[in-house]
Amino acid sequence: MINKAFSFCCTCMLLLISLFANAQENQNQNTETGPVNEFFRSNGKIYVIVGVLLIIFIGIVIFLIALDRKLSKLEQRENNSHGK
Amino acid sequence: MEKHWWKALAVIILVYVIIAGFTIEIPIIGTNGQSSRGLFFHVPMWICMYTMFTISVVNSLLYLSKYDLRRDAYASAAASVGVFYGVLGFATGTLWATYTWGGSFTRDPKQMLTAVALMIYMAYLVLRLSIPDIDKRARISAVFNIFAFALLIPLTYIIPRMVDSLHPGSATTPGFASSDTDNHMKWVLYPAFLGWTLLSVWIYTLLVRYKKLELKNIFK
Repeated sequence: MINKAFSFCCTCMLLLISLFANAQENQNQNTETGPVNEFFRSNGKIYVIVGVLLIIFIGIVIFLIALDRKLSKLEQRENNSHGK
Repeated sequence: MEKHWWKALAVIILVYVIIAGFTIEIPIIGTNGQSSRGLFFHVPMWICMYTMFTISVVNSLLYLSKYDLRRDAYASAAASVGVFYGVLGFATGTLWATYTWGGSFTRDPKQMLTAVALMIYMAYLVLRLSIPDIDKRARISAVFNIFAFALLIPLTYIIPRMVDSLHPGSATTPGFASSDTDNHMKWVLYPAFLGWTLLSVWIYTLLVRYKKLELKNIFK
């Protein structure tokens, strides 16, 4: 089950990387306007890095929550087996 | 859910710290430039480390007073999380120093003595691995942990304040006082301390719960 989920994540990652690689070739075309794009390009593009850090941080938090829940499940199983 | 509110609080505070830490106006002083924003991320790592090492030494003392092996598990879990945060603090400080002090390792007393203190704590973790007998390991490492904490404070706090150092808070550079930190920065800095510390406590409780499952004979 875990292996399947892991290989699924890896496949998604590789697909995403190929998408980014494609985006890299067309980087000169990345000139879309609009409020969101303008916001990210303002102040020396600092908000891009703010976004990068938020993505990393939220990723770590999701990982911690997952670990937390896994431990809770394991603890519950332990308690049940002791009760029997 | 009522048990988890402080974890959510930590995440909310840290999202605020990351956004505000990069976007608020800060005074641009000398070679520091924008790197003063490192204050919101580098200093909290040390606060987390001190919190963890304090939890660790208190549990070691409690172990030595009652020989309760659970205390030993708490102490070792806190020490390993503390070392983790110490390494993060040291790495971020070294990167910061590279671009503001003119070198990664500049024989700065604060940096060198902190490295020594971290190595003492790493020795604690290695010492634990080297003793297979669980009671002997608990006693010897508890005593070592108290010595380590007794060295940590002079090495990282007292001696660097008495000698010249590039690091703020030495004999020649102003310390972390009410007069020399910009007021706007405090609005991010203090929440940063709280948020990062709560996150480190979360990681610590995860490790403790893992140890409880691993050593369930002790924790019955």
